Amino acid sequence: MMSQPWPWYIAGPLIGLTVPALLLLGNKSFGISSSMRHICAACLPANVPFFNYDWKKELWNLFFVGGIFLGGLLAAQLLAAPTEIVVHEDLRNDLAKAGLNSYSSIMPQELFSWQQLTTLRGWIFIVFGGFLVGFGTRYAGGCTSGHAIMGLSTLQWPSLIATCCFMIGGLVMTHFILPFLLSL
Amino acid sequence: MMTNTSQDDLNLRSQDAICVNESELARPWYFNLKYALVGVAFGVVFIKAQIVSWFRIQEMFRFESFHMYGIIGSAIAVGALSVFIIKRFNIRTIEGEQVVFHKKEFNKGQIIGGLMFGLGWAITGACPGPLFAQIGYGSTVTIVTLLSAILGTWVYGYIREKLPH
Repeated sequence: MMSQPWPWYIAGPLIGLTVPALLLLGNKSFGISSSMRHICAACLPANVPFFNYDWKKELWNLFFVGGIFLGGLLAAQLLAAPTEIVVHEDLRNDLAKAGLNSYSSIMPQELFSWQQLTTLRGWIFIVFGGFLVGFGTRYAGGCTSGHAIMGLSTLQWPSLIATCCFMIGGLVMTHFILPFLLSL
Repeated sequence: MMTNTSQDDLNLRSQDAICVNESELARPWYFNLKYALVGVAFGVVFIKAQIVSWFRIQEMFRFESFHMYGIIGSAIAVGALSVFIIKRFNIRTIEGEQVVFHKKEFNKGQIIGGLMFGLGWAITGACPGPLFAQIGYGSTVTIVTLLSAILGTWVYGYIREKLPH
């Protein structure tokens, strides 16, 4: 159990429990992308009104993402699955056409590595993708945790709209743009 | 730092954010360690259920696996049930405060920004949470992705007034 990948019906409810855990530990609403805004406010507020607030009052959010980092470290060091990641055959075939054949890590090594930063394809996947995630989540006012999980758990319809848009954006990218990007 | 009243400051912090809650209690910094512990548990689940895997996100968007839908769906179900119980029985925090929920107002950003994030999500295979877990897992190049995401957040803040909301 500890060294095998966990099934969705174990992982999903555990993630859902984050919602009451944060609420009951200190009245905190579950959300992760805001941490990046607090980092901006702490490091480079630069007279931008959006970043000139007392970020220390949101310090809990930075402790939370620091914990996520540590959890990733612990799981990788102590509980890592020894086997290769198993993916759907069609995906495997499509990725092979783009020259992606490594399944030893959680991400394809041919796309996400320091060497790839010198290629256009690697730059798009590592740098441009990250920019879209940061800009988009803040513009949307939340990410998968804040909108999809916390927002839908509290039955807020703006979060439903945001979640649908996350999915539409992801589907458009995966089916219409990614094949081209992977072929670069 | 501008000289804001605390209400102004709260209003500003609440802009485009879902997870801002103002506790009346002033506590020393180490009280935040409990949130780090929740984060650790969360990060372990992220890795163990391969939620942070680029491949799993691709399978999700290609409808080739139920895994991610099951995770997000059951997380929402458990979250919603917990919120219902907290409201129904008026359960208070461990420090005795009343649990506060914030209503989310609709604006165009949820559509435009949501679409942009969706595009980025399918490229990087990660939403903001998994970025932190991937770095912990040992994918050091994800530090660049995270820095770029922080830059994206900063640029949004910089041009925020000019964007449709």
